Amino acid sequence: MLSLNEVWFVLIAVLFVGFFFLEGFDFGIGMSTQLLARNDMERRMLINSIGPFWDGNEVWLITAGGAMFAAFPNWYATMFSGFYLPFVALLLALIARGVAFEFRGKVGHSTWSKTWDMCIFFGSLLPPLLFGVAFATMLKGLPIGADMEMHAGFGDIINPYSLVAGVTTVMLCIVHGLMFAALRTTGDIRVRASVMAGKLLIPLAGLLVLLAILTSVYTDVFTVRGPILIAIAVVGVIVFILAGYFMKQKREGWAFGMTGGLIILSIASVFIGLFPRVMVSSLGAMYDLTLYNTASGHYSLKVMTIVACTLLPFVLGYQIWTYFVFHKRLHEKTHLEY
Amino acid sequence: MDVLMLSRIQYALTTVFHFFFVPVSIGLVLLVAIMETMYVITKKDQYKVMTKFWGKLFLINFAVGVVTGIFQEFQFGMNWSNYSRFVGDVFGAPLAVEALFAFFLESTFIGLWIFGWERLSAKVHLLCIWLVAFGTTLSAFWILTANSFMQHPVGFTINNGRAEMNDFFALITNGQVLVEFPHTVFGAFVTSAFLMAGISAYKMLRREDIEVFRKSFQIAIIVGIVSSLGVAFSGHSQAQYLVETQPMKMAAAEGVWNTTAEKAPWMLVGGIDTKMQQNTFEINFPLKGLLSYLSYGKFTGSVTGMKELQAQYEQKYGEGNYIPPVKTTFWSFRIMVASGMLMIALSAYGVYLMFRRKVEQAPKWYWYAMMYGIALPFIGNTSGWIMTEVGRQPWTVFGLMTTADSVSPSVSAGSVLFSTITFTLVYTVLGAITVILFVREIKKGPGDEHSHDDHSNDPFEMEELKHAIS
Repeated sequence: MLSLNEVWFVLIAVLFVGFFFLEGFDFGIGMSTQLLARNDMERRMLINSIGPFWDGNEVWLITAGGAMFAAFPNWYATMFSGFYLPFVALLLALIARGVAFEFRGKVGHSTWSKTWDMCIFFGSLLPPLLFGVAFATMLKGLPIGADMEMHAGFGDIINPYSLVAGVTTVMLCIVHGLMFAALRTTGDIRVRASVMAGKLLIPLAGLLVLLAILTSVYTDVFTVRGPILIAIAVVGVIVFILAGYFMKQKREGWAFGMTGGLIILSIASVFIGLFPRVMVSSLGAMYDLTLYNTASGHYSLKVMTIVACTLLPFVLGYQIWTYFVFHKRLHEKTHLEY
Repeated sequence: MDVLMLSRIQYALTTVFHFFFVPVSIGLVLLVAIMETMYVITKKDQYKVMTKFWGKLFLINFAVGVVTGIFQEFQFGMNWSNYSRFVGDVFGAPLAVEALFAFFLESTFIGLWIFGWERLSAKVHLLCIWLVAFGTTLSAFWILTANSFMQHPVGFTINNGRAEMNDFFALITNGQVLVEFPHTVFGAFVTSAFLMAGISAYKMLRREDIEVFRKSFQIAIIVGIVSSLGVAFSGHSQAQYLVETQPMKMAAAEGVWNTTAEKAPWMLVGGIDTKMQQNTFEINFPLKGLLSYLSYGKFTGSVTGMKELQAQYEQKYGEGNYIPPVKTTFWSFRIMVASGMLMIALSAYGVYLMFRRKVEQAPKWYWYAMMYGIALPFIGNTSGWIMTEVGRQPWTVFGLMTTADSVSPSVSAGSVLFSTITFTLVYTVLGAITVILFVREIKKGPGDEHSHDDHSNDPFEMEELKHAIS
C-alpha cells in the first residue's frame, strides 16, 4: 500500500507527464509555425488546431505547481527559489506565448502578427528547453545544504548534460507537435508535417541515446533504479520503431500516440529515477530532498487526497470531451477563430 | 536595495497589475453569460451581437489575467521561499484546490466557448459560458481563502516550527473569507458593470449602435447598482470583522493613535504625522459616534488606538514596530470608500434614468461621468488591496510570521532586481497593448462581427458536408 506521501509524489509525476504529453504537442505546434508553415494561412491553421486546447493543457503545469506547494512545500520552495532566473525566463515565455494566441489576429498588420509569431515560437521553445535542463540537474544533483536552500551557480544549471536534456525535450515536443499537425489538418500541410516528423526521427533517436549515456555517466539513476529504467528503455525502443512504422503507413493517430508514448516514458523515467528523492543534493546524500522530508503533514495530504480523488474524474472527463468536440480536421475553408 | 524590499516591490507591482484584470474577468463573464442567456431565450439576434462584442473584450482581458496569474502562483516559491516552507501545508492547499477545481473548469470551457459556436448546440454552448463564470468566481473563493489565512490564521497548529493544517473546514469557513469573498466578488461585478456602462456611454455620446449599447447599459447599470450596494454592505461587515481580528489595521486605516472616547468620531480627512505619532489636523464627520458605528454597528464603543495596541503587541510578540505604514493605509482606505460612494451615486442615477425610460435622453455630463467613471472601480480595487496588504504589515501571516522572515534566503538582490525590472517592462507593454486593443475593438463596434459570421458559416457547412461524405 502506498503512503500518502508516495501517492502525492505519483500524482505530481502524473501531472507533469500529462503536462508534457498535452502541452508537448502544443509547444510543438508553436514551434512548427516557424518550422513547417509556409504562409500566414498555414500558420493560422496550426494555431487554430490547438486553439481550443492549449489553455486547458497549461493548467496541468499550474496544478502541478499548486500540488507541489501544498504536498511538498519544501520541494516547491527549494526548486522555485533555486532555479530563480530560469523560472523568470519560463514565466516570460509563457506570458508572451499565452497572450500571443489572443492578440496575433487582432490587428491586420504584418509587423504586428510577425512580432506575436516570434512570441509563439520562442514561447514554445523555451519552456521545454528549460524544463529539460531543470529536470536533468535535479537528477544530477544541485548544491542543496542542510537548510534545504539551493545556491546554484551557472555551471550547476547549464552544463553539457542538462543542455542535451533540454534539446532532447525540445525535439520530442517538435516531433510530437508535427504528428498532431498531421492528425488535425488536411491537404499539403498534413503531408509535409508527417514527412518532417519522419525526417526528425533519426536526430531524435541520436539525442535520446546520447541522453541515456550521459544519464548513466552523470547520475546514479541506473544503479538505483536499473532494472525498471532498462525495461522502460526497451519499451521506448519499441515505441520509437512503431512511431516510425505508423508514420510510414500514414496512420497519423497511431503515430501521434507513439510520439506521445515517448514523452510519457521520458518524463516518467525522470520521476522513477528520482524516487523517493525529489531533488538530489550534490553536497551529500544526507541533504537530498525526499518525499518524506519535504512533505506536508498527514492531515493536509489526506484532505487533498480526498479533494483530488473527487475532482479528477470530472476534470479528465470534460477535458476528454473537449477533444471529442473538436475531433474534426481543419482545412483551409474552416472558420478560424485566431 | 535589499532582497526584502525588492521582493515587496515586485509583489506589490505584479499583484496590483494582475488585479486590474481579475475583476474584469470575473464580472464580464457574468454579464456575457447573462446576454447569451437572453439570446438563447428570446432568439433575438441582437443579443448574440452583444454577446460576441462583449465576449471579445472579455477574451482579450482574460488572456492577460491568465498569464499574469501564473506568476502569482510561482512567486511564493521564487521570492518568498521561507514563507512557502512555513505555511505551505495550509496555504498551499487552497491554491492546489483552486487549480484543480476552478482553473481547469475555466480554461477548458473557455476553449469550448470560443471555438464551439458552430460545434455545440445553443444550450450546451450557453452552459459553457456559465461554467466559465462559475469557475472564475470559485477561483476567487479559493484564492481569498488562502489570503484570509494570512489575515486571520485559523485551522492550524504549529508543529516542528511550521504551520500545519488541522482543520480544513475551519480554513474554508474562516470568518475573514466569509466577509472578504462577497466584498471582493461584488467589487468584481461592479468593475465590469462600470466598464460596460462606461463603454456604452461613449457609444451613446457618439450615437453609434444605439440599440445595442442602450441594452448593454441597462444590463450593466442593474448589475452596477446591486453590486455597488453589495460592496458597501459587505465592506461594512468586513470592517467590523477587522476590528475584532486586526485592530491595528483598523486603527491605522482610521488614523486613530490614541484610544478614542465612547462615541468615536469618524475622521473624514486628516494630517498623519508618523514621527510624532499624532495627527496635525482632523476634519471629523459631523455625526457623532460614526466610527463606533463602523466598528461595532452601534453608535457607542471606543476604538483602541495604535499606541495602546503597539504596547499590547510588544508584550505578546516581543520588541518591534507593529504599526503598519499609517499614511498609506489611511489614505488608501479613504480613496476606496470615496470611489465606492461615487459608484453608488452614479449607478443610482442610471437606474433612475432607466426607470423613467430616459436613457437615450440622458444629460451629456452623465455620459461623460460614466465614461471617465471606468477608472473608479480600478481605483477602488487597487486601494482596497493596498489597504488590506499594507495594513497587515509587518506580518505576512498575522501574528505568526513577519514579512522580513518570509523572503527567500538563497536569491540574490541582483536576481530580484533583474526580474522586477523585466516584469515591470513586460507588464507595462501588456497593459498598453490591452488598452489599445480595447479601444480598437470598441471603435470597431459590434457591427462587422455580424456580417463576418454570415460569410463564413454557410459555405463552410457545405464543405463540411461534402467532406463528411467523401
